[in-house]
Amino acid sequence: MSAILTCSHVSMKYDTAHAVRNVSFEVNDGDYLCIVGENGSGKSTLMKVLLGLLKPAGGKVAFHGFKQIQIGYLPQQTPIQQDFPASVFEVVLSGCLSRHPFPFYTRKDRQMAKDNLTRLGADGFMRKSYRDLSGGQQQRVLLARALCATEKLLLLDEPVTGLDPVMANGLCQLLDTLNKQGLTIIMISHDINSAVKYGNKILHMQTKPLFYGATSDYLKSEIGMRMIGGERGA
Amino acid sequence: MVSAVPDMFNELFSYPFVVKALIVGTLVALCAALLGVSLVLKRYSMIGDGLSHVGFGTLAIAMSLDLAPLEVSIPLVLAAAFLLLRLSENSKIKGDAAIAVISSSALATGVIIISMTTGMNADVCNYMFGTILAMKDSDLYLSVGVSVVVLILYAIFYNKIFTVTFDEGFAKATGTKTAIYNILIAFLTALVIVIGMRMMGAMLISALIIFPPLSAMRFFKSFKSVVICSAVLSVVCFFIGIVFSFQLNTPAGASVVVINLMAFLLFSVLSYIKKKV
Ligand SMILES: Nc1ncnc2c1ncn2[C@@H]1O[C@H](COP(=O)(O)OP(=O)(O)O)[C@@H](O)[C@H]1O
Ligand SMILES: [Mg+2]
Repeated sequence: MSAILTCSHVSMKYDTAHAVRNVSFEVNDGDYLCIVGENGSGKSTLMKVLLGLLKPAGGKVAFHGFKQIQIGYLPQQTPIQQDFPASVFEVVLSGCLSRHPFPFYTRKDRQMAKDNLTRLGADGFMRKSYRDLSGGQQQRVLLARALCATEKLLLLDEPVTGLDPVMANGLCQLLDTLNKQGLTIIMISHDINSAVKYGNKILHMQTKPLFYGATSDYLKSEIGMRMIGGERGA
Repeated sequence: MVSAVPDMFNELFSYPFVVKALIVGTLVALCAALLGVSLVLKRYSMIGDGLSHVGFGTLAIAMSLDLAPLEVSIPLVLAAAFLLLRLSENSKIKGDAAIAVISSSALATGVIIISMTTGMNADVCNYMFGTILAMKDSDLYLSVGVSVVVLILYAIFYNKIFTVTFDEGFAKATGTKTAIYNILIAFLTALVIVIGMRMMGAMLISALIIFPPLSAMRFFKSFKSVVICSAVLSVVCFFIGIVFSFQLNTPAGASVVVINLMAFLLFSVLSYIKKKV
């Protein structure tokens, strides 16, 4: 097992209040790390630090064998995007821009965009407008774009939030398949049950890490049992 | 009646000032529409509006000091573009309120300067609502030069502009220097506003940035088709507006804006009908 990403003692502040405090973890090739925690517990902030969108106030993020900009990223959806006039193909293709220094697309890029849409079973709406798609279809398109940007590591911020259960389940299985094909995944999830079902590692955040380790250990831990029990009880 | 239309165009093109105005106006309409797509989609329309008000203030300064308007306006409006962009990116200090404060302050300062120096005369009305008479040869060359630069940069960085407009977070995470492209968009907008301001009028130039993209978005569904439709529509509306203005002796900018409004209403009705069928 070789680490491809190490995050050591990372902290992040907005103004004076800590959003992330002293988080350390390691991601190996082929891992599926799920980050869980309540709203406002610093999950998105941590992910933005991993992506280099925010500079950590302390600590260090290191990548082994690839560059930070070669991460595929699926952001938390914003309302602005949902009615954006763009074709699906335009959106997916934009994932290829990071592959070369010049701002134009090559024939290889176009092929790659098509292949990734096909891989996700989304080639049927390639010519459609992004804003005419359902929430689940939009997520698939953004996932195809992320796949164009990476061969190694995918970061997803609450990809299934807001989807109906059937759509959510479909997307989870798609991610599971991608993971089994060799892609490393870090996913922020609201759904603790699917996090422990698919992830091999769990990071439970509440500004600072409450738990970090293998999923099997999480299920045996006090906090893990409380979370799963609480969900079942609810 | 049949020969009336060619006659009208012959008459129109026989005036050198009209030809100059048409050249500059077409280029400005084109550039404004292209940049407008990103500004509208990024919710930066207020920047365009703010810049045109600042532009008015700088014109007033130039007029009172008897300096060349474009040479004074360009650096000042570029500086304002930088400031307004920073303000609208910074949600903490209520970016839109800050922009409104700056733009009304610039306008008020301009009006005070003018009334203390030249007085509120026909020139001021022209500055506010547009005239096609103002174009000097030096303005023509500068305007054409600036427009060509804007068009070339837009064409080169089109794909980058798309990704920065659609999803800034993703663009930045995958290595696009988003801050540079945001500044590029703001600076190009500032240039277009300055060169288009006197023909369209300081109060009305921002309509040229906002109307064509809004109309295009009603109907078209890919970014490329919105950009192309917006550009074509803007040029067509400009042309009709100028002919209108020339025939009826109405202010140029106001005429172009009214034509743009009609196009917007037409596109809205069409898209409504299309949805129903
Ligand atoms: N841009 C920002 N400016 C100031 N505070 C922020 C900003 N983004 C997030 N926060 C704060 O940081 C904390 C963590 O937010 P976030 O990382 O988005 O949490 P999560 O994704 O786990 O819901 C929250 O208290 C939130 O209010
Ligand atoms: Mg979040």
